[in-house]
Amino acid sequence: MKQMLAVLLIILTSCQERQKDYKETFIEGSNIKALDYDALEYYIQNHPSETLVINFWATWCTPCIKELPAFEKLGETYKDEDVTVLLVSLDFPDQLDELKAFVKKKDLQSEVLYLDDGDANAWIPKVNDSWSGAIPATLITGSKRKKFYERSFSYDELEEELNTLIN
Amino acid sequence: MKTFKILTLLALVVVVSAFAANAVIKKERKGYDVGDEAGDFYLRNVDNAMISLMDFEEAKGFVVVFTCNTCPFSIANEDRLIAIDTKYKKLGYPVIAINPNDPHVKPGDSFKAMQQRANKKGFTFPYLLDDGQEVFPKYGATKTPHVYLLQKENDKNIVKYIGAIDNSSRDPKAVTEKYLENALDEILSGKEVSVKETKAIGCAIKL
Repeated sequence: MKQMLAVLLIILTSCQERQKDYKETFIEGSNIKALDYDALEYYIQNHPSETLVINFWATWCTPCIKELPAFEKLGETYKDEDVTVLLVSLDFPDQLDELKAFVKKKDLQSEVLYLDDGDANAWIPKVNDSWSGAIPATLITGSKRKKFYERSFSYDELEEELNTLIN
Repeated sequence: MKTFKILTLLALVVVVSAFAANAVIKKERKGYDVGDEAGDFYLRNVDNAMISLMDFEEAKGFVVVFTCNTCPFSIANEDRLIAIDTKYKKLGYPVIAINPNDPHVKPGDSFKAMQQRANKKGFTFPYLLDDGQEVFPKYGATKTPHVYLLQKENDKNIVKYIGAIDNSSRDPKAVTEKYLENALDEILSGKEVSVKETKAIGCAIKL
């Protein structure tokens, strides 16, 4: 009984810490959430959508910008199938004006998040063990399993990969 | 006899699956691992001279870094590379920078743009163009910047460290772990490198 209580206590306190750790802040003058990696992980795990297509990009990353329309189209096409596209920006802290301007100019419909976490060696392997650290990179998490890609996508390729996870 | 047959079959299964697993791992990772011998190259420097590792007879090793003009993570690390070259060249470990991007895909990484950048920043190290893009796949570089620390052992260049320069690529003020310099210091004091591999964030190499 004592042991059970102890376990319960640990679970309860760890839950509390979790929530305490996760602070939601926004980039000034925008609805772009700024998160460190722990907060991003929490956000992903607690996201209401069953399937998440998480793309790591930056405004200055040419191949990322090239494939953004494919992600936008995917989000639009599959929104009724409980699929959400998250665009996780790795722009630098001094590039946030560019990020805001870009999101506005391109009228991005997908949810844009800002990963504000400089210690890449710590969080790259947490996203996926096989990620060498190059962007663009994409993680698709379904209800049963997830897949990671360190590559660029066309719309057809992206849709094909999504379908291996939702069907 | 029957037991023997079954045992043989079992042993065979174990051996075959071990090979298969090995093959899968090999396929996933391309390029050098720590402990491998790194190959030499013959590439054009921004001063138009052709450069090979074997030209550096006095060197005890090299900091080979795949980097470029255009990636913000590369730009954020230029001053750090100059500082590392200045400090460690005289200790026998010069920096050799190689731009792996195809200038046709990324015009900002053309040879001429490299010359301009090296001039403007006052690079103290060679800045080579991986013309034909044959060197970076041999190393297994996937992005810029991506560091390979080599140490000469019996005239072979052995890979001692692969990965990031430190733990805060985008902001030098937030650095708390200098992976590359720690590895260099360990080698210079005759110790084994303790952190042999880290993950570096960077821009995918443009093909």
